Amino acid sequence: MTAYQDNRLPVATPSAWADALRVARLVAADPHGIGGVVLRAGAGPVRDRWLAALRAHLPSGSPMRRMPGGIADDRLIGGLDLPATLAAGRPVAQTGLLAESDGGCVVVPMAERLEPGIAARLAATLDTGWVRVERDGLGQSLPARFGLILLDEGIGADERVPTVLSERLAFHLDLSAIAWGDVQDAPTPEEQPNGAATQTDAAITALVQAAEALGIGSLRGPLLALRVAHLAASLDGRDALSDADTIEAARLVLGPRATQMPATEPAPEEGDAPSDQPPQGEGDPAPETPSEANALDDSVVAAARAAIPPHLLALLTGDGPRPTAPKAGKAGAAAAAKRSGRPAGTRPGDPRQGRLNLIETLRAAAPWQRIRQRQASSPEMPIAGGSRRIIVRAEDFRITRFSQRTETTTIFAVDASGSAALERLAEAKGAVELLLAQAYIRRDKVALVAFRGRSAELILAPTRSLVRARRGLAGLPGGGGTPLASGIDAVAALALGVRRSGGTPVVVVLTDGRANIARSGEPGRARAGADALQSAGAFRATNVRAILIDTAPRPQDPARRLADAMGARYLPLPYADAGAMSAAIRSAT
Amino acid sequence: MLLNGSTRTLSRDARSDLHPQAEVAGPQSVGQPSSRFAHATTPTFPFSAIVGQDEMRQALLIAAVDPTVGGVLVFGDRGTGKSTAIRGLAALLPSMLAVAGCPYSCDPGRPADLCHRCREQVAPLTSQKIPVPVVDLPLGATEDRVVGALDLERALAHGEKAFEPGLLARANRGFLYIDEVNLLDDHLVDLLLDVAASGVNTVEREGLSIRHPARFVLVGSGNPEEGELRPQLLDRFGLAVEVTTPTDLPTRIDVVRRRDAYERDPAGFCEAYAPADHAIRETLTAARARLPGLHVPDATLEAGARLCLALGTDGLRGELTLMRTARALAAYEGAETVTLDHLARIAPSALRHRLRRNPLDESGSTARVARAVEEVLSL
Repeated sequence: MTAYQDNRLPVATPSAWADALRVARLVAADPHGIGGVVLRAGAGPVRDRWLAALRAHLPSGSPMRRMPGGIADDRLIGGLDLPATLAAGRPVAQTGLLAESDGGCVVVPMAERLEPGIAARLAATLDTGWVRVERDGLGQSLPARFGLILLDEGIGADERVPTVLSERLAFHLDLSAIAWGDVQDAPTPEEQPNGAATQTDAAITALVQAAEALGIGSLRGPLLALRVAHLAASLDGRDALSDADTIEAARLVLGPRATQMPATEPAPEEGDAPSDQPPQGEGDPAPETPSEANALDDSVVAAARAAIPPHLLALLTGDGPRPTAPKAGKAGAAAAAKRSGRPAGTRPGDPRQGRLNLIETLRAAAPWQRIRQRQASSPEMPIAGGSRRIIVRAEDFRITRFSQRTETTTIFAVDASGSAALERLAEAKGAVELLLAQAYIRRDKVALVAFRGRSAELILAPTRSLVRARRGLAGLPGGGGTPLASGIDAVAALALGVRRSGGTPVVVVLTDGRANIARSGEPGRARAGADALQSAGAFRATNVRAILIDTAPRPQDPARRLADAMGARYLPLPYADAGAMSAAIRSAT
Repeated sequence: MLLNGSTRTLSRDARSDLHPQAEVAGPQSVGQPSSRFAHATTPTFPFSAIVGQDEMRQALLIAAVDPTVGGVLVFGDRGTGKSTAIRGLAALLPSMLAVAGCPYSCDPGRPADLCHRCREQVAPLTSQKIPVPVVDLPLGATEDRVVGALDLERALAHGEKAFEPGLLARANRGFLYIDEVNLLDDHLVDLLLDVAASGVNTVEREGLSIRHPARFVLVGSGNPEEGELRPQLLDRFGLAVEVTTPTDLPTRIDVVRRRDAYERDPAGFCEAYAPADHAIRETLTAARARLPGLHVPDATLEAGARLCLALGTDGLRGELTLMRTARALAAYEGAETVTLDHLARIAPSALRHRLRRNPLDESGSTARVARAVEEVLSL
């Protein structure tokens, strides 16, 4: 470590707020080029201050638009402007929010709840800088070169911005640790010395190597870092990259993306590198000696390493909670369902609430044409001679109704305690995978909650992905006490969440019904049993369909009583294997 | 975003004169139609400049040699240049002959496949060279724009019932590209599959009843983490390739370096790779000419059948695709005949998505195909 430090270029580590301001400046300089920022912070003055700083840096007149959460496609992408179309008698396009934000920023509040469809639309627009409208009989491309500011108010590692977007944004900024006091009297950051001019090639090598050392798999990381470095140079009015640009880019872009700690071991050949000549920023072209290249590489890694946020650091070093696979947003499916699916007739309604059915609308308007023509031809509303324009009024609008089978989410609550022997766990895993194989044919989802030891844990968030399910299941441990009450509580919460987002939950509990850990986490059979029955009562009130599979070698009373209390179907399956279990569940649901 | 490039052209259809919307929505109503053409000036990242990803490039080239292989599905990590490759391929495809003014780009050389408009035309058909259409299906596209629908303007202004062709019409004889195919609405996916399989788009809506040719190569890309595709959909794709981020340092550095060079000087970069792109185009043209005459020996046919049998693929589609793709590969490489080597090299792409999935089997389907190839073909 000492040799490592000796050879490093001097790296200033500005305060978190100074970094945040620097990011704002960089984003404002080229919002679209660097994608934007994932801004993790609660709503509050610090976040507002940052956004104000960003707006101040943006060229005046460039748009900074807020995107409401449940935005519909006609406002996001654009579509037919119905009132204008009817007034003009020919299709008039309506510009969407994305095209309106061209040259500026789109601010997305509560980005951790962004639904996958909208995230994908944003990603596609970021990629091209153009928004393609193929809607309502219109086809056009409009420029939409904006940066995204994703306001991430998620708590913990589970609630995150969809990866499809965070991947594409250069900066992942965490303001949650910054106090208001740090912000108020922040000194303007002083100019950093530039360091030696860097060959672009050396910078690329250094950044790619740093990305690898930090376990950043996607190449977007180093590519974005390189862009940021170029941008920093051009902000300074320079054409060539300097060491400082590269190091800063690594710190700001690569650090927060780290998935592993870089090995601290220095490269072997640098032991005899001259350690007492930190390159100066006097613009003298530094000779490309291997030791200097190494110095840059090391400094880049060190800078990025220093910028790994504390919570991530805890995860990486194993002190924090177990990292779970990032999941695609799961909220908001209900709203989208109204506009898709199979057409099932029409009804009168506001076209903004659904999809306009033109034929039915015209049909509804047809009988009134004579009357309306006569009214319209009064002197104050003349119609061009010979024009036989159809007059459509708001009450004629018909929108298409769609029916879409709501998807079922099967939630497994698995007793992974010592009393339910380990092989039951293996069978449950097998049953989950078998059901999942069925589920992706039926477009259904599967989730898994395990309870063991002192509490319940969400092992697998509702998913349709075999890849993710297998990963989640592989790490499922077994043994310990039976916190039945916590398990039922967790599954009830999850089931309600599924229902809120428009799905139909079905709960499958696998247990022998013998609780020995109370809700408080304290051991004690009597208390635990009472808690479990209480939780079961609460579960019954949710009215979620449930099945309780008794996994005890001999079917017993506790499990039956629990099933009754939950309002669940009781299914004793003492010797069931994965196949039999999934068959039983399928027939029961 | 970087891999896809913020400065690249959208797709060729955007600047094509056949853009059907140009007639529908006049300049006043659409806003800035001139901007539609402005971005066509930045060249696409050249296909030949893509580093690595050999399997994906091979699959796309095979689909370009023989469009009947049935589409390409590209699944894999983020930021691996999936979209870049498809757009790059579009840019280098040789142009084709089409009936002038036909919204479906009918082939004047194949009277049987003409659309109703061209067939009814009394005057002799004039033809013109046009670029092969590569149509992007954006997420959020409505069904009426995909299949085509009533012409709004004529319905509103003149009360006429006229058909306005959709994206499927524009994709005829070309490519239809869907990014994030697993996020597309189910009913749209069903519809696309049906059209892709039959080569005909049947529109029965809003009082219209139209059939028009829609033969296109379906290219889908996506990420398995976002959700699986239904097996029925998987099976419809001729080739499925998995792409991963390169892991060795020199390759990674090379990717970043080329991308950086492209972003800083797109025109110069593309010019440097123009000869390589040109060579690929020449090879493609030659391969297309060679394809009809290429013979598949009985031994290769039999080996293919045994391979499918060993893997237990459902139906004959696997075998058929294996043969067609092996033949296209041989044609591309200028081979005299289709050998077992061609078969072995194309088998993973042609078969990996057709295996019956056993969710409890941890080994990936790629490994299973490789194993079967080794057992069956290494005679």
